[in-house]
Parts: sequence; C-alpha cells; structure tokens
Amino acid sequence: MIKISDPRKLLNISYQTRALIVKMLSAAGSGHTGASLGLADIFTCLYFNELNHNPENPVWPDRDRVILSIGHVAPVFYATLAQAGYFEKSELFTLRKFGSRLQGHPGLDSRLPGIETSSGSLGQGLSIATGMAIVAKKSSSDIRVFSIHGDGELQEGQIWEAAMAAAHYNLDNITAIVDLNGVQIDGPTREVMHLEPLAAKWQAFGWNVIGCDGHNISGILNAFRQARANSGKPSVILARTIMGKGIKTIENDHHWHGRAPSPAEAIEFLCQIEEIFRDELAKI
Amino acid sequence: MIYNKRENRPTRAGFGEGLLEAGLQNHHVFAIGADITASVGVDRFAQAFPDRFVSLGIAEQNCAGVAAGMALMDKTPVFTTYAVFSAIRATDQIRISICYNNLHVLIGGAHAGISVGPDGATHQALEDIAVMRCLPNMTVLSPCDATQASILTRMAILEEKGPVYLRFGREAVADFTPPELETRIGKAQLLQPGNHLTLIATGHMVWEALKAAEMLSLKGINARVINMHTIKPIDTDAILKAAKETRLIISIEEHQVSGGLGSAIAEVLVENCPVRMERIGIPDCFGESGKPEELLDKYGLTAEKIARKAESIYRTTQISS
Ligand SMILES: [Mg+2]
Repeated sequence: MIKISDPRKLLNISYQTRALIVKMLSAAGSGHTGASLGLADIFTCLYFNELNHNPENPVWPDRDRVILSIGHVAPVFYATLAQAGYFEKSELFTLRKFGSRLQGHPGLDSRLPGIETSSGSLGQGLSIATGMAIVAKKSSSDIRVFSIHGDGELQEGQIWEAAMAAAHYNLDNITAIVDLNGVQIDGPTREVMHLEPLAAKWQAFGWNVIGCDGHNISGILNAFRQARANSGKPSVILARTIMGKGIKTIENDHHWHGRAPSPAEAIEFLCQIEEIFRDELAKI
Repeated sequence: MIYNKRENRPTRAGFGEGLLEAGLQNHHVFAIGADITASVGVDRFAQAFPDRFVSLGIAEQNCAGVAAGMALMDKTPVFTTYAVFSAIRATDQIRISICYNNLHVLIGGAHAGISVGPDGATHQALEDIAVMRCLPNMTVLSPCDATQASILTRMAILEEKGPVYLRFGREAVADFTPPELETRIGKAQLLQPGNHLTLIATGHMVWEALKAAEMLSLKGINARVINMHTIKPIDTDAILKAAKETRLIISIEEHQVSGGLGSAIAEVLVENCPVRMERIGIPDCFGESGKPEELLDKYGLTAEKIARKAESIYRTTQISS
C-alpha cells in the first residue's frame, strides 16, 4: 500500500475515522466510544504510513502483523481497516449486529479481512505478538509485529510475562503501542491501580521505551521511526492520548469508556469533530 | 488376560517419543518449555531440535499465547507442562487465543490424575478433562499406556487440525497395547468382548479395567472393556452398542466424577439409551499426598475395588430384574 507522509492528509483521514466511529457506534447502540476516538490518530499513522501491508491481499505472507490486544476498541480498528480498503465502509454499520463480520470484539472466525487474531480478554495480545516475532526471527523474515494495548490492560500479569520473554529473545521486530489515556472503566488509572513509573517499568524489563503525544501526527510518525531504527530490544511506544479526543464535551470522561452515542448525541458529536479538525489542521 | 504387559513405562515417556518423531517428520513442529521440560518428556525434542525449542520459563499464560502466535505463523506448537498448569491455569488463554482462533496447537497435560502421588492435591489434575472438553473446537485425548501416548501424540501433531489437549501421567504403568491394535482419534477401542456389563476406562485405568474384567470372569461375569482414549469427540456408537448389549455401564477415570469421562458417557446415554450407570472416579474432593497405590485404593481405582463394585452392582441389577 502506498504510504502517506503528509501530516495534513493523515489528520484528515483520522478525523474521517472519528466521524465513522461515532456513526457506527450510534447505529450499533452500544460499544466503546472513548478509547476508539483516542486511538484514531495512532491507527491512521500505523495503517497509512508505517505498516507494510496490502488490503487487496490481506493474507500476503510478508505483511506486517497488527495484534489488537484491546478488542474493545474494535470500532477504530474496523473503521481504519475500511478506510484502508480492506472492506466496504457500508459494512461498518453492521457493527455488533446479528450475522455481522464486525463482532463486538474481533473474532478471527468472522473472516473479516485484516483481522489477525480474536481478542477481548485483556492481556493476551503481547504473548501472541511474541510468538509471531519468534517465528519471524527463526525464519529470517523481516516482517514486524505491532501490538496495541490499553494502559489499564497493563494491570494484567500476562503482559509482563510476555514483556520478559520478548526482551529475553531480543525481539526488536516487536513494537508495542500503549494507549496512555490515564483512565479505565472504574476511573483514573492512578486511583484504580497505579501504573507509574511506567517508562521505568518497561526499561527495567529490557525494552526500548519511546514516548509521544498520541495526537500529534508528526510525533507519532517520529515514534514509529525510532522503533524501526532500534535494534536488539523490543520497543514500546507510550502514547499519551485523550480518551474521547475530537469531541470536547466527552474528553477524559471515563463514563464514555463503554457507552455509545444516541442518534441526537451523534449529530452533535459530528459537528464537534468537524470543528476540532479545523482547529487541529490550522496547527500543522 | 489376552494382553501381555511388556514392561512398566510412564505415559510421559511415550509422549516424549511421539513428540520427537513428529519433530523429525515435520520441521514446522515447535515445542515450548515451561521450566519442567525433562519432567514432562519434552527434553528429548529440545536436545534434538534446539532451534525449534523455545524456553519461556514459569509463565503458563504467556506460553499459551506464544503458542497461538506461532500457530498464526503456520507453525505447529506443542505447549506442555503439568496439567494443573496448562489446562487449568492457562484456561482463558487456551479459550480465546487458541480455541476461539481455532489454531492447531497441541496442549500437553502432564502428571494428570491422582496417581501423581506424594506431591499432593495441588499437583494432581482432576478437573482438566472437564474444563478442556467444554471448549469449542477442542479435541481431548487420554492414552492408556506409553505406546498409545506415542501414537496419539504423533497423530495429534501431524494429522489433526485445530486445538488438541492430550493428558498423560507420571508413574510407570503397564505398557500393553499390541502394535497391531488400530488407534484412531475419535474411535474407542473394544479391548475385550463381554455381554454382562461394560467397563469404559481412560488413561491408566484401562489396564486396571482389564485386570478387573479378568477377576470378574472367575465369578462368571463377562465384562466388556472399552478404552476411551478420545474423550472428545466421544465415540457415541461404541457407548450405545455397549448400552444396548450389556445394559450396565461403569466409567473409570483418574478425574472428578463430574465433568470428565463419566459425564461425557452419561450425556450420551441419557439422551439416547438410558441404562444403569455407575461412575468411578474422584467424588468431588481434592486429593492428598500418598503413594500412588494408596491413593488409587482409597478412591476405588484399583482392579480389585473396580471388580468388587462391578460385581455388586451387577448382582443387584440381576435381582431387581
Ligand atoms: Mg485506558
């Protein structure tokens, strides 16, 4: 797939993705709005700039692999896949409906193009990425594996089992991305279960730690570049994000973790997205 | 007795042999180590194919996930540790990362059953069949001796598709299955004909059932003996044929009587051909330390106790009919 490098073009795609997320969640009547909106810029940079992939041949053996460990952000994942051309955008509005390939949490058995694994039970994705990266190294393949995590998800012990293994085998073909929005269902992570000092934790586990502003397109591209240039260790990108980014009235409100907008709210949200896109574009 | 015991060998040795052979035949086979590699029979593979052995330490949840990742890259991983850790500790990872993805991964459950002995309750897997057999896409195997463990391990790796759970034991037990005995996954083995009652056993209990049948024959009772080495998919035809022809089914397993072989058989019987049934196994309790023979005796899992119980139930059914 041709890579897009112009930050203005990438920002445009990510705000289109946000609009799709609001529309599809409103049509579904349930689902996870907050983190999906917060990850739109990172997903856009990943799929439209960083990844080696081919939406016309989703099972191309030499493609980079994306392991979505946090299955609940399926809306941003599906919307990005549709934007990249894996399937028709119209299918997005079947999200969570009976018979749909767009399961509430991704299911490999749905055979939706672009899905690499089922996910929804938190903490499992980094292990899967590790297994893939080990095989890639052993077969001298230069494919890369990206895994996407939430900050609350890092409370799962399995994440740290996998972190230990990926560093032990020097899996520099892994890039883990953490959506550092500071919130989870019960409230702020610092109240529910403190994660800091997070960078020091990953460093102590033997990882190359990269920080970035998860809403600054150039910053995200730069973080990916650093991960690509790194060798000998797996990389983790700690991306500071705002849950609900793009809709001022719900930003950082953890009540929007697992809520979908009503049709009336959706109309209002789409106006806000339009407005904030113009503001953000002016900053580039 | 029509079967001869060649020697005593642990089924884990058979598992190790089968894994080694599969590794020789197919270079996409990988083994994952969870620290107790030699104890569970994976050491021979690890020595023969160091490039295809991945040590992950004491981290079973990660082992199951790494296996899933390898299978997604078209390898055939084998993840083996004590059954209490593979089947039970990593259940959610097996459910989502392996079974929901329907990946061809062999999960080895070592040290299964009460015969683990002195290690005590924490290390005696008595619930693994129950947990593994209710997972969609999963096949559940339980070989009766080392020879069969080797055969089923090889078949599970080289011929099956999707996830497979294979449980095996620690102790050296009778190695008796003759080379000419056909072993097919999903097909129960009729080891001994009989028309008065049927003993359906799995794992180490198959040899005990054969010995029990010999004792029963001295009392004029002809017991049929079936080796149910595949618990899922269960061989419904063999169960129903036995039910129709003998009217009394006794299940024998080193596992809780709830959820394991006995339950699987009962499900078939109650829906198709309800007959008198008795389940011999662990009666909803935890194990304890002791010599294997002491523990087997306590729970009625020796040939003598099985024969005594079978005779008593058989006589009662004769009086009531
Ligand atoms: Mg969060």
